[in-house]
Amino acid sequence: MLEVHDVDAFYGDSQVLYGMTIAVRSGEIVTLLGRNGMGKTTTVRAILGIVRPRAGTVTFNGTRIDRLPSYAVARAGIGLVPEGRQIFPNLSVRENLIATARSRRHQGEPWTLERVVELFPALGARLGSAGNQLSGGEQQMLAIGRALMTNPQLMIMDEATEGLAPLVRQEIWGCLASLKEARQAVLVIDKNVEMLTRLADLHHIVEKGTVVWKGTSEELRGNTSLQTRYLGV
Amino acid sequence: MTHWWTPARAVTALVLVLCAAVPYLAPALDEPFYVIVFARIMIWAIAAVSLNLIMGYGGMISFGHAAYLGIGGYAVAILGFHDITSAWVQLPVAIGLSAVVALVFGVICLRTRGIYFIMITLALAQMVYFLSVSAERYGSDDGLNILWRSDFGTRFFDLEDSVVMYYTIFAVLLGCLLVKWRIVMSRFGMVLRASSSNDTRVQAVGVPTFRYRLVAFVIAGVMCGLAGFLQANLERFVSPDMMNWHRSGELILMTVLGGTSTLFGPVVGAVVFLMLSEILSTITIHWHLVFGPFLVLVVLFARGGVMGLLGSRARHD
Repeated sequence: MLEVHDVDAFYGDSQVLYGMTIAVRSGEIVTLLGRNGMGKTTTVRAILGIVRPRAGTVTFNGTRIDRLPSYAVARAGIGLVPEGRQIFPNLSVRENLIATARSRRHQGEPWTLERVVELFPALGARLGSAGNQLSGGEQQMLAIGRALMTNPQLMIMDEATEGLAPLVRQEIWGCLASLKEARQAVLVIDKNVEMLTRLADLHHIVEKGTVVWKGTSEELRGNTSLQTRYLGV
Repeated sequence: MTHWWTPARAVTALVLVLCAAVPYLAPALDEPFYVIVFARIMIWAIAAVSLNLIMGYGGMISFGHAAYLGIGGYAVAILGFHDITSAWVQLPVAIGLSAVVALVFGVICLRTRGIYFIMITLALAQMVYFLSVSAERYGSDDGLNILWRSDFGTRFFDLEDSVVMYYTIFAVLLGCLLVKWRIVMSRFGMVLRASSSNDTRVQAVGVPTFRYRLVAFVIAGVMCGLAGFLQANLERFVSPDMMNWHRSGELILMTVLGGTSTLFGPVVGAVVFLMLSEILSTITIHWHLVFGPFLVLVVLFARGGVMGLLGSRARHD
């Protein structure tokens, strides 16, 4: 479904990604793990066309997307839950959800406002509230709901549980489990290795802008020295 | 419980009732002069409402919005100069020309943001201003008189009748407010508002915001061109001064004074701005010394403008 192949990306003259290569197949949950500043978010930005790769290719469903503007990448079927939520503060919860919603020929039941509210009942009670009146957890649910409302084939969740209370985190992990059950392809960036090894199919460890290790949950769980060396666990 | 009757809505109703009643109220109070004052206020209000669509909701601070006032006005004056007084020609030309110019300007300036956007809109509008200054055939700096108001070809709707002229302006103002309300509350308006807070993010969820912003820019230009059409007919005169950058600045001030991102704020802003300048100028020739600090105080202490002070719920009031 998604193939990032040998991508180099820069901020100005400073190189951040060195031959980044990852792949996500349909229905898979794949992670990008690593310490801060290693290039995980830049990889996401390169996939979405926010940062232009200077070398390498990004293909989605067999079509190159690395030269497309970011709105065209999203329209191709990639939904983003960005780091720091970044909901639209001057729109109500309902408006946040429907403003950028899109229907698409989709396997299974499409995501609608009703389905999102069913997934996150907390949002249902606050549909008329402005985005900036929500708690951090509610904002995160809204960001996930907003991405789901674009009915993506692949969803990217960048630091989806960062800075959230444990109970809210549980809700986000529950949401991820539901997505896995629905065979939704997801690329997750997070630091909670324990939860990710329960949910994800494949993991990539990123160090200094390149993938230094790739393997299954069992392989990662069984390799404590790897976790200590690259993830500080 | 939600109170539908807020101070902001009370002021909105009061201003609308006042605007509707002025042609009868002013002569009864032996102040017929106020009919023309309110007609002017409503025309400026239409222009400010149009600016607020892109500035208040779209985050596009245009410092050249008055250019469309001039384009709409000169469409009437130049066609009239060539003995084409039919409103069925003048009105489409005023609207069409405003739309085309807004489209061209929008394609150029919407590629920028912030201070660059402000400076480019200013520069483009000044080009139009200097074009009118250099048009010697059409009066250059001295402007151009309009002998006959736009003719709709029916005696039931004759703009030469000052009451018809007044209520036409009032009706256009109400129409523009309705159009703006429908736009702002639509999905198009949601994208416009979202784009003003985080354009990159809106694009990252699949919306080509440039197109949305450009359409809004053109709609605002057309609305303002319509105000220019009405102004030329009301005053029977156009001059390059209509589209001077001072006028664009005044439109921004009216919008900020009334309350950006509110439906009715620009109308209240136009009323307060023009009435205050009218009243102060009868008291002292140094009225700017009072008016300036007043505007500074409003900007400093009333972030949501007059409508904000009155507890307006953004977008709806």
